[in-house]
Amino acid sequence: MASPFLSNTIISFSSSLSSSSSLPRLAPSIPFSAIRSKSTPRRILTVRSKIREIFMPALSSTMTEGKIVSWVKSEGDVLSKGESVVVVESDKADMDVETFYDGILAAIVVGEGETAPVGAAIGILAETEDEIAEAKAKAASKSGASTPSAPPPAPTPAAASTPAPPKSTPAPAAPTVAEGPRKTVATPYAKKLAKQHKVDIESVVGTGPYGRITPEDIEAAAGLSPSKKNVGLAVVVETKPAAPAKAPAASAAPSSLPPPVPGSTVVPFTTMQSAVSKNMVESLSVPTFRVGYPVTTDALDALYEKVKPKGVTMTALLAKAAAMALAQHPVVNSSCKDGKSFTYNSNINIAVAVAINGGLITPVLQDADKLDLYLLSQKWKELVEKARAKQLQPQEYNSGTFTLSNLGMFGVDRFDAILPPGQGAIMAVGASKPTVVADADGFFSVKNKMLVNVTADHRIIYGADLAAFLQTFSKIVENAESLTL
Amino acid sequence: MHSTLSFSRATTVPTTNYAFHSQSPINLRFCGLRREAFGISILTRSSSGRVRLSTRGRSKRISASTGNNGTPPKSFDYDLIIIGAGVGGHGAALHAVEKGLKTAIIEGDVVGGTCVNRGCVPSKALLAVSGRMRELQSEHHMKALGLQVSAAGYDRQGVAGHANNLASKIRSNLTNSMKALGVDILTGFGTIVGPQKVKYGKVGFTDNIVTAKDIIIATGSVPFVPKGIEVDGKTVITSDHALKLEFVPDWIAIVGSGYIGLEFSDVYTALGSEVTFIEALDQLMPGFDPEISKLAQRVLINPRKIDYHTGVFATKITPARDGKPVIIELTDAKTKEHKDTLEVDAALIATGRAPFTNGLGLENINVVTQRGFVPVDERMRVIDANGNLVPHLYCIGDANGKMMLAHAASAQGISVVEQVTGRDHVLNHLSVPAACFTHPEISMVGLTEPQAREKAEKEGFEISVAKTSFKANTKAQAENEGEGLAKLIYRPDNGEILGVHIFGLHAADLIHEASNAIALGTRIQDIKFAVHAHPTLSEVLDELFKSAKVKAPASTSSPISEPVAA
Repeated sequence: MASPFLSNTIISFSSSLSSSSSLPRLAPSIPFSAIRSKSTPRRILTVRSKIREIFMPALSSTMTEGKIVSWVKSEGDVLSKGESVVVVESDKADMDVETFYDGILAAIVVGEGETAPVGAAIGILAETEDEIAEAKAKAASKSGASTPSAPPPAPTPAAASTPAPPKSTPAPAAPTVAEGPRKTVATPYAKKLAKQHKVDIESVVGTGPYGRITPEDIEAAAGLSPSKKNVGLAVVVETKPAAPAKAPAASAAPSSLPPPVPGSTVVPFTTMQSAVSKNMVESLSVPTFRVGYPVTTDALDALYEKVKPKGVTMTALLAKAAAMALAQHPVVNSSCKDGKSFTYNSNINIAVAVAINGGLITPVLQDADKLDLYLLSQKWKELVEKARAKQLQPQEYNSGTFTLSNLGMFGVDRFDAILPPGQGAIMAVGASKPTVVADADGFFSVKNKMLVNVTADHRIIYGADLAAFLQTFSKIVENAESLTL
Repeated sequence: MHSTLSFSRATTVPTTNYAFHSQSPINLRFCGLRREAFGISILTRSSSGRVRLSTRGRSKRISASTGNNGTPPKSFDYDLIIIGAGVGGHGAALHAVEKGLKTAIIEGDVVGGTCVNRGCVPSKALLAVSGRMRELQSEHHMKALGLQVSAAGYDRQGVAGHANNLASKIRSNLTNSMKALGVDILTGFGTIVGPQKVKYGKVGFTDNIVTAKDIIIATGSVPFVPKGIEVDGKTVITSDHALKLEFVPDWIAIVGSGYIGLEFSDVYTALGSEVTFIEALDQLMPGFDPEISKLAQRVLINPRKIDYHTGVFATKITPARDGKPVIIELTDAKTKEHKDTLEVDAALIATGRAPFTNGLGLENINVVTQRGFVPVDERMRVIDANGNLVPHLYCIGDANGKMMLAHAASAQGISVVEQVTGRDHVLNHLSVPAACFTHPEISMVGLTEPQAREKAEKEGFEISVAKTSFKANTKAQAENEGEGLAKLIYRPDNGEILGVHIFGLHAADLIHEASNAIALGTRIQDIKFAVHAHPTLSEVLDELFKSAKVKAPASTSSPISEPVAA
């Protein structure tokens, strides 16, 4: 009714603008198949008859759970191979996930805004309409209990043997109040959480009013018996085997913290910050040591001045130098996965720490030793842009074998970095400064020097290894021309 | 408030109609005129009645009598007495004064009735709070907009105060608007003692008897509490108590998942409660278009801290006492067998509303209520026990149960006043919109898809359905609120709008384009040429109309000469 008074305005507006259109989706698309071929034992889809489950994909090696940002398709929609079905937020980025089967989205098991552990069924795909009902039944049973491990279940009519519904087990494990067969009372959110984290609600002792199970109880229960299922899926790199056991210890601690200072504000971590926090805590389980080395950079600086107009950055130069040094010292490029062996990496992939708005990410320059300086610089530029746009593909931030962290541009003269889980060493680079040096003959001169400090896992890399590596690195930098070869 | 708005709209209907559809340049001048008239009438509401008089100067017949509440009739105290000063009674009273009737309104409680004091109005205050809380708590949403907010919190007392203040503000507006026009507000409980005769009075005082040519019953309704449920006003409550927000329970069961239940679930979950719905029917949100309720469930129920039991009755609810929580016995709706027992911190009974017609003295004029409702015909005329019309007696609003919505009551009241002042009028209830103020909102007008299909089958015409998504709307995207759907059910042969259902940002405000089109009989092939400002949410409906495939061509000249609703 308002429009008639405003006719003039309306006319001018409408003449300048046409009708609306939907925004194009910017997030990168990863087909299930791509993920599958990449990381060895990861299993994305289970095929059972013609009803398929859509699993929460592992979009990065550090991802243990993912949040459904939105379902692009809704229940009953017909999907064709390659279409985006759901948008998942990992600890690093939002990704479109595609189906690589035709079919009908029969049921959504994990709704928008909810999170599910990696490998958990998030939706059910039926091949034909006739199977929708069956698929829905399955979805219902799915929500009850957990079977995301174990490769393709035996083709027996497994669907019938829905893992024991809670009622049938009178839960002797719950020694609450001994007044007869007391029924379990759980709040709505507690039930949702239990479903999400696959916690058997009957095994949880309620601490809420009237002995009811609260969301906190479920969280505690989920934390104390950390993701058993994830171990089954434990993948390629780092963290999984030892790490999860650490987390609950950390989560149990805060009870003894002093109350917050009045007036303070609490800002919860973003997903990325949570991932950083988790990695940092996990790093405590690795015995590390540090070795520093002063490197003369006059040659490097001169080279930099020369190649700067061609788009080469200091980061690329340092990455290249480190990669070349690593090529001669493969042990520094190795990692220790299980505390019992060396894992020598065939590629030299230099991860470079970048601060991005509210977080930290490590885009990876793959095969840095093999690419020439210009390609490397080009590659780096692309990676940084992608990182800022939150569009990095998993292999672009989780495939590093060695990390480089440079705070020199801020004038920091030396610092020491924390070794990220899954890698053997990390290099912290300080600023290059004019320094008075005396040579063997007692002559003084002024040279640019920077302090380089490497943190390494002492289970595999010993002091002499690191010293030798740094010596090589220093030589490469001092003879910077070799970097352009 | 909105009743005034709707009536001034009604008076300008012919102009609107013409202005809207005429393509000639005169159009603009008409719009200008209309704006002026409208602007002044807005002024009147907040200031005195004298200004109004000057506005009405345009129509000589009315202006003479407007200021002083009509001339007293010879044989009656009043032309019109309205029992109940809720939104329905208020709307009727205002229109009656405009029509030159000497009017009185009897109220035993506070002016404003349920809507203003215990319903729509205070609940909107709570929902305004919950909407903001929701936004501030949605880290994802905030992040997407580039905002950073540290933990949002609320002060229960402050929230409750806001609801209470709003109710008293609206109540005094309502009272003042009637006083300003000279409507006599008679305080006391009204009882019909005979034809055209009403008794009113406070307890402990002598009763007064007044007569009127016509009487409108507008006594409204009270929350319906099924038997077996013990309401203590503390832990087992109705919407009356809940709106005072005396406490925010950790876990509350809401019995009934209609508008009231749904709105309260929005409030409680935003304030940190967990909610369990108990619904007697097999699915949540009965009464909404199935597609809309499916989507609403996906957005309003599933991601929130809510679970539900459907197909069950809450046959027994015991308030918390003696160190025990609220205990709810659930019985299967079909087998009548005991199904489950819930233990919660509080229970809100939102099972609907029962007419408030006891003590009205209907027996004195041989009227028998049906489940408490006063039987009426399509013109709101009261029907007695023998099936005959009771002369000069009308019943509007919740008390007749036709459509239990505040604005429907007001529209019915206006329709009655039209009739008693000599113009026959039947309200088209299919043009009355309804809204549920969750986040996002739900709104609808006309038939649901299953209702339309049934009607189509019976009457032998075809129907089609058109849909648009809020995802395609620029303004919705700018607000980062792309979740939503608008749905149009129509006749492809002649372009008649049968129903429109909207779920999405500001759906309650968007529905009026559709409801007005239905009320005025505007067809899709014509309304699709109406222009919408870009970028606005109203383009959702624009797209909706444009996506409809109507076989009939657009009208050439003035499209509809006579409004269908008239």
